[in-house]
Amino acid sequence: MSTLALWLAIVGAGAITFALRLSFIALLGQIEIPLVLARALRFVPAAVLTAVVIPLLLYVNGAVEVSFGNERLLAGLAAVLICWRTRSVPLTLVGGMVVLWTLQAIGVGS
Amino acid sequence: MTTMIRKTNERTYPPGRTRPREADQLGKGRREIWPGSIAQDLDVAIDRGTLSPAAAFIAGAKAIVPVLLALIPFGVAFGATATDSGLSPLEALGMSVFVFAGAAQLAALPLLSAGASVAVVVLTVLIINLRLTLYSASISPHFRRLPAGWKGLLAYLLTDQAYAATITRFEDGETREPDKRWYYLGVAVAIWVAFQAATVTGVFLGALASGGWSLDFVLPLIFIGLALPAIKDRTTGTAALSAGVAAVFCAALPLNLGLIAAALVGVIGGLVAETVTEGRRK
Repeated sequence: MSTLALWLAIVGAGAITFALRLSFIALLGQIEIPLVLARALRFVPAAVLTAVVIPLLLYVNGAVEVSFGNERLLAGLAAVLICWRTRSVPLTLVGGMVVLWTLQAIGVGS
Repeated sequence: MTTMIRKTNERTYPPGRTRPREADQLGKGRREIWPGSIAQDLDVAIDRGTLSPAAAFIAGAKAIVPVLLALIPFGVAFGATATDSGLSPLEALGMSVFVFAGAAQLAALPLLSAGASVAVVVLTVLIINLRLTLYSASISPHFRRLPAGWKGLLAYLLTDQAYAATITRFEDGETREPDKRWYYLGVAVAIWVAFQAATVTGVFLGALASGGWSLDFVLPLIFIGLALPAIKDRTTGTAALSAGVAAVFCAALPLNLGLIAAALVGVIGGLVAETVTEGRRK
C-alpha cells in the first residue's frame, strides 16, 4: 500500500467514524433509528469480533489447520478460557501471549 | 464548595439523621441535600448543575481514571501492532487521532498490510464502529441545545468508555446542560490523552520488539477479550457462531471482503435466531 493510499484510508476511516458518532447528535429530533437497524446493531459486536478472531486462529500460511501443531489456535483457546474465567482484557492479552511464546519456545508448531 | 451548596439548599435535616433515602434514588426528587463528605457534596453539586466548568471538567477526568487502566492496553496493542505491520510512528499516531477507536484500528491493520483497497478498509471500520450510532442516539438529548461546534467536538470524542461513564449520570440526575458538556469533556479528554499516550508507548515497544515476538497475535487476543462479553445469550451466540463459520469460508474472498461478508452473515444469523425465539414465545 502506497503512503498516499494509506493516508487516504486513515483519513477516510476517520471521517466515516466521525460521521457515525455525529449522526444522531446532529440530527436529533429529525430521525429515529429504524427498528430493523436497531435490532441488527445488537448483533454487530458479537458477529464482527468473532469474524475477526476465527480466521486469525485457524489459518496458517493461507490454509485452515486444526491440529495440535497450530500454536495460535491453542494459545487462542487458552485466551478464551482465561477471558471466560477472569473477564479481563489485560489478563487475556498477557496470558495469551505467554502461552503462545511458550508453545513457540518448546517448538509445538515446528 | 460547601457554602455553594448551602446556598442552594431548600431544606435541611435534623442532626442525627443520615442522608435522606430519596437522595440515593437516582433521578427522582433529589431536592434534599444532606451535608456529607466532600465527595458527596461534589456529586450533588454536579447533579444540581452548580459546578463551575473547570470543576465539572476535573470531576469528569477524575471519575474516568480507573477506566483508563483498562483502556491503555488497547492503545499500546495498537501502537505495537501498527509498528509490527510496517506503519510509521506518524501513521500510527495519525490513525489514533483520526479514527480514535481502538478495535476498528486494530482490525484495519491486517487489511492495510495486505494492501486492501481504501474502500474495503473504510467499509470494515464502518461496520466495526456502527455501534457508535447507538451511543450517539442515546446521548443526543443531553447535547440537544449545544452549538454545532460543541456537538462536533463532543461527537469526535464519543467512545464506548466515554458513553458508559456519562450516560448513567446524565439520565439519572437533574444535571444542567452546561455542566453535562464540561463533565463529558473531562471524561472524554482524559480518555483521548491516555489513548494517544498509549499509542506512542506501543509504537516504541513495537520498535524495540522489532519482529520475532508475534505481536500480531495481540489482535485476536484483544478481540477475544471483547467478543466473549458481547456473547450474552442464545441470539448473540448464534450471531457469533454463524459469523465465525462464515469467516472461515469467506477468508479467501477477493478484495479482503471476507470480514464484511462474515459480519453480515452473523448479523443475519442473530436476527433469524431472534425471530425464531420470539415466534416460539408467542
